[in-house]
Amino acid sequence: MKEGTAISLNGRIVEVPKGATVAAALLQHGAGSRVSISGEARQPLCGMGICFECRASVNGRAHQLTCQLVCEPGMVVVTE
Amino acid sequence: MSGVYDCLVIGAGPGGLAAAATAAEAGLQVGLEDDNPAAGGQIWRRGNAAVSVSHSAEQWMERIRSAKVDVLCGWRATDAGTDALGTPFIRVEGLGGFRDLRYRKLILATGARELFLPFPGWTLPGIYGAGGLQAFAKSGFDVRGMRVVLAGTGPLLMAVTAHLHEAGAKIVAVVEQAPLSRLMSLGMHLAPSAPGKLMEGLRYRLRTMGTKYYFGHWVSEARGDGKLERLTITNGSESFAVEADLLGVGYHLVPNTELAQLLGCGLENGFVRVEETQETSCTSIYCIGEATGIGGVDKAQVEGRIAGFSAAGRIEKARSLFAARDKQLRFVERLAAAFALREELRGLAQENTLVCRCEDVPHGALRECHSWREAKLHTRCGMGPCQGRICGPATQFLYGWHAPAPRPPVFPASVGTIAAVDEAGVHHE
Ligand SMILES: Cc1cc2nc3c(=O)[nH]c(=O)nc-3n(C[C@H](O)[C@H](O)[C@H](O)COP(=O)(O)OP(=O)(O)OC[C@H]3O[C@@H](n4cnc5c(N)ncnc54)[C@H](O)[C@@H]3O)c2cc1C
Ligand code: FES
Repeated sequence: MKEGTAISLNGRIVEVPKGATVAAALLQHGAGSRVSISGEARQPLCGMGICFECRASVNGRAHQLTCQLVCEPGMVVVTE
Repeated sequence: MSGVYDCLVIGAGPGGLAAAATAAEAGLQVGLEDDNPAAGGQIWRRGNAAVSVSHSAEQWMERIRSAKVDVLCGWRATDAGTDALGTPFIRVEGLGGFRDLRYRKLILATGARELFLPFPGWTLPGIYGAGGLQAFAKSGFDVRGMRVVLAGTGPLLMAVTAHLHEAGAKIVAVVEQAPLSRLMSLGMHLAPSAPGKLMEGLRYRLRTMGTKYYFGHWVSEARGDGKLERLTITNGSESFAVEADLLGVGYHLVPNTELAQLLGCGLENGFVRVEETQETSCTSIYCIGEATGIGGVDKAQVEGRIAGFSAAGRIEKARSLFAARDKQLRFVERLAAAFALREELRGLAQENTLVCRCEDVPHGALRECHSWREAKLHTRCGMGPCQGRICGPATQFLYGWHAPAPRPPVFPASVGTIAAVDEAGVHHE
């Protein structure tokens, strides 16, 4: 039996493995994290809190580093 | 905590764990803090429940617990100062705000990050750091059945290859820019000085048998419609294309020295300069692990133990480990020589290839500039939230620029934190 955590990703309920980071959830579900100032869709890059490419809105707080945030049940994630 | 730690350790990788456990067992009251959700650092990253933590990580964690080290995870050190009584503190920020951690001795174990070199298409979704891709896979990204290319340079490539292979990825190619001849001579030198590492390398190699390794090659271009689809691999004279879903690419590591620089610690060749005891040019501040020289997990641990003993005043104990540490230091130089970057990589970025990903500044706008300062003024290069951590080392390689010492806070702080620092009249050196 696989334990999972359900979060809301851009309005859709998705299931991720227990303990997964929000960045991993984005990659798993093919979501970009942010749009760059020249309009490119970006995804997390470094996985270690350095590049800031993974920032997204989590539970209403903008610009959270999703690679250092673990998914909690019911978390609401919105990307650009 | 309202008191003062005898010893505060920043960074809970192999180096920080060893330092904290050693100092606490020697009788000090120790605080250990890290910006990740769990301790372990880069190599012992604790991901979802399915990934087990390695043996020695568990051993350190056990010692950390029984020596009653105060562990704070999910807090990032962003600034430093002194309180009204003159006691130094490190300001850490987490989701809930900030805290000032006061200390008598400080051990910096901030590790390293990957070096990213710009090439056409490198900002496409599907392209990550090599260690970055491993980190995502360790923290819940299911790579089963995905076609993966790993590229760049350094021993990390093999470690990541082995890990992703085990996680079920289909490794299409491993592309190492260093020529095989240089790696062979590294392998020969390794035998007497670091047998553990050689065995590790061989094990990785064996577990990934059947994988195509290209030495003396690099990725020169990535293409795709909205996400990675195709890569060009070259050795400078011949090129070929491969199809892939994911690319993990990193050109070895650069040290995280920003916090040390903020505190006024001297650098040497880009790394934090330390004495035999691991003390920096600042009294009572020690530095260990990748930040003093890229040498991997064994070096980080022995340096951590030395710093822990030194901070506790057990100099004889520290001294007994010098020989073991010096053996690791010889490996540092060999690694750097074996994986030195080739000239051709300077020519990868084209006019419109972005160098600064935060502010979308292309190579064409930067190559006219003469310095990091000029580039910042004219193009906003390095002025985004990463504060030049990604593009700074790239511009150093591409244009020979040197970034000036970082200014506080060393990570973008929330408005509330900045205001509080100003009110307290904190002085920065
Ligand atoms: C992405 C990546 C993946 C790697 N994977 C492997 C691998 O699979 N195998 C291998 O042998 N080696 C790997 N390495 C090499 C690795 O550097 C060493 O093996 C080893 O982890 C070094 O230990 P350390 O204690 O010096 O630093 P690290 O393990 O890097 O630990 C430093 C810790 O300090 C934290 N930190 C840094 N700055 C701050 C701050 N301001 N505030 C709070 N915390 C901070 C970091 O988040 C990190 O947890 C990897 C390196 C990277 C960058
Ligand atoms: S992926 Fe780079 S900061 Fe999160």
